[in-house]
Parts: sequence; structure tokens; C-alpha cells
Amino acid sequence: MRMMTKTVRAGLLMSACGVSLLAATAPGAYASGMPQLDFANPLVTGQVMWGAVIFLVFYLVLSRAMLPRVSRVLEDRAHRISSDLEVARAAKHDADRAVAELQQARKDAMSEAQANLQKALDEERQAAEKQMQDINARLDKEIADAEERIAAEKARALGALRDIALDTTQALVQRLTGLAPDAQLVAQKVEGASARRAV
Amino acid sequence: MAGGSSINVLEQFELHPILGGLGDALRLSQSPVYMVVAVCLVLAFLYLGMRPAAVVPGRLQAAAEVCYEFIHTMAVDTIGAEGAAFFPFVFTLFFFILAGNYIGLLPFSFTFTSHIAVTFALALMVFVLSVVVSLKSQGLRFFAHFMPDGASPFLAPLLIPIEILSFLSRPVSLSIRLFANMVAGHVMFDIFASFVIMLASFGVVGDVFAIGPIAINVALMALELLVGVLQAYVFAILTCIYLREAVAH
Repeated sequence: MRMMTKTVRAGLLMSACGVSLLAATAPGAYASGMPQLDFANPLVTGQVMWGAVIFLVFYLVLSRAMLPRVSRVLEDRAHRISSDLEVARAAKHDADRAVAELQQARKDAMSEAQANLQKALDEERQAAEKQMQDINARLDKEIADAEERIAAEKARALGALRDIALDTTQALVQRLTGLAPDAQLVAQKVEGASARRAV
Repeated sequence: MAGGSSINVLEQFELHPILGGLGDALRLSQSPVYMVVAVCLVLAFLYLGMRPAAVVPGRLQAAAEVCYEFIHTMAVDTIGAEGAAFFPFVFTLFFFILAGNYIGLLPFSFTFTSHIAVTFALALMVFVLSVVVSLKSQGLRFFAHFMPDGASPFLAPLLIPIEILSFLSRPVSLSIRLFANMVAGHVMFDIFASFVIMLASFGVVGDVFAIGPIAINVALMALELLVGVLQAYVFAILTCIYLREAVAH
């Protein structure tokens, strides 16, 4: 690129000199007719020399000052647009990631809440079962105690029943016969009767 | 010519020394002055246009950028990757010719592109540049281009002179195309304008009929505006084509 620019400059200089020489030595063969072909006129060849200088200056000013300014502005613009696009793209990427993170967090929270709920339910159920078992055990025990007490009471009542039967029999016999019966015999008879009744 | 009025259509192309004896001594005619004016106008246009250097350009800046990008695209598309190095040269050439053509369209001004010396100098500059670039990038293989690929060797005595001749005629055709277009346009202007003056000497009838040549000159002005940019474009694009051949391997 740099070499090419140098080549351009060298070519321009060479051709400018060449043209000046060529124009300066051209014969004034067409002096009549068109003023442009009157090469004997020094003004005709003079405009080539001046033109070469003016063109060279024009070229240098354009290539050194003006065109770089334009290209700088164009590059700035292209750079700015591309960097703005880059920023926008990055922002979109961030936003996408944030949304994904949010959704992930929501999903995690949901599953965690589900797990907690499940755990709480399980604990509650276990606690309830245990309480139920305790209550059942206590009730069973109370029932057993009560039954035991009832059996004891029943046995006691039954025991007392024999005494009552003895007393009643003795009193009955005494009222009927007016005689005090033999306690031994009464006890024997009541035993026998209750034994028969029990069968 | 009629009416004895010696209207010389070629008179407009005559060069006159400016600043009297100094212009004579320095060979300074109005032609270089108009070159300076053209160059200054282009530079002022670019300078004023690009002065804001705004990201969002105004009208003048947009115009300057369009000019830049038009030539840049042309140079890079036609020449190839190396085109960027030649872009300032093509830009200079295009706008030198364009400004010259357009300044010449202003009344009482002078068209420096209507001088074969100027256009031939420009064409020769392009020619020499393309030869220098060719030799630099291709070396001696450059001369192989004068023998077309695949042609029979028996035709070489015929083909090689033809190729050399066509190569050497490039600056001639390039310069004469621009020169002839400019001269023809300005001669036409002058002829139709002189018709108006001639008709004016015939009294009222002539005044009425003089509208015709004036209308034609208005139309010619539109045509010349087209020709002016077209010739500058042709010159620039042919330069690009020659340079592409020069850098092609």
C-alpha cells in the first residue's frame, strides 16, 4: 500500500516533467486555425507547466489533508455504528442471561418449595401417626387397666356373692324353720348350688 | 458570415496573458487561473463540507461524502485491492476535469479542458503512470501482454504491432475524447449564440425568431452539464481500467 502510494507519486512527478518537456519541444505546425493547436504560442505550453504544478498541489492537498479527513469521518461513523451494535448485542445477551437466570431461580425455588412442602407433610403425617399410636397405646392400656379392674371388681363381687348367699340362706332357713342351721352344711349346700348354676 | 460581423467561434479558446508582461514572462494565461479557481472550489467544497465532521452529516457533508465514496467505490471495484492506493490520484483527476468542465460552462469563463495540451498532458500522465506501475508490479512480464495468449506464433508479426499500436493510442484517444467533447460543446454554444446576434439585426421578426437559438442553447447547457460529468467519469474509469491492467498479475 505504502509502496503503491510512492509509486503513484513518482509516476506523477515523472510524467509531469515528461509532459512539460514534450509540450515545450512540440513544433508549432498548426499555427493557423484552432488556438489549441498553436503550440508555438508559449501560453499553450505554459498552461501545461502551470497545470502540472497545480495538479500536483491539488493531488498533495487532497491525498494528505482532505481525503484522510473524509475517510476519518467515515471510519469514525462505521466504528461508532459497529460499536453501538456491539453494545446493544452485549446488552441483549446480558438480558437474555438474566432472564434465563431468573427462570432457573424460579424453577429452583419452586422445586425447593415443593420439597419443603413434601417434607413438612411427611413430618406432619409421621407426627400424626405417632400421636395416633401413642393415643392408641394409652387407650389400650387404659382399656386393659379398666378390664383388669372390672375383672377384679367382678371377682370381688362374685366373692361377696357367696357370703351374701350364705347369709341369705342361713337367714331364710332360720325364718322358715326357726332353727339356726349348721353353718358347715349351709356352706356345703350353697357351694354345691352355685357350682351347678355355674355349669 | 452574414451581416459582415466576423464572429469567430474559436476565439473563445484563445489564451491571453494575464498581468501584462508578467503573464508573458511566466507563460501565465487565464487557463491556469481557471485551474486554480477549479481546484480551490473543489477544496473549499470538501473543506466546508467536512468541517462539521458530524456522525450524522448535513447536506454539504453528505455531498462531500458521496463524492468521496463514489470515486472510492469506483477505484476499489475497478482496480481491485490495490485501488485504495490509487484512489487519491483518481479522485484528483476526476474532480480536476469535472471542475474544469463545469467552470467552463459559466458565461465569460474559460474551459481549460478544451485545450488538447491540457487533456493530452493528463492522458499522458495516466499513461506514464500505468506503464510505471506495470513495470513495477509485473516486471518484464509486462511486455508479454503484447502477445495475446493462445494466439498462433505465426500471427505474432501481425499481432504484436497491432497490440503495441493500440496500447500507444490510449493517451491519444483519452485526451482527444475529452478535448473534442469540450470544444464541440462550446463551439455549439458560440454558434447558436451568434445566431441570436445575427437575428437581432433583422429587427422585430429577428427578435422573435431569436427565441429558437436561445432555447437550443438552454437545452445545450443541460446536455453540456451531462457531458461534463460524463467525460470526467469516462476519463477516471478508463484510468482505473488501465491501472487494473497494470496491477493485475
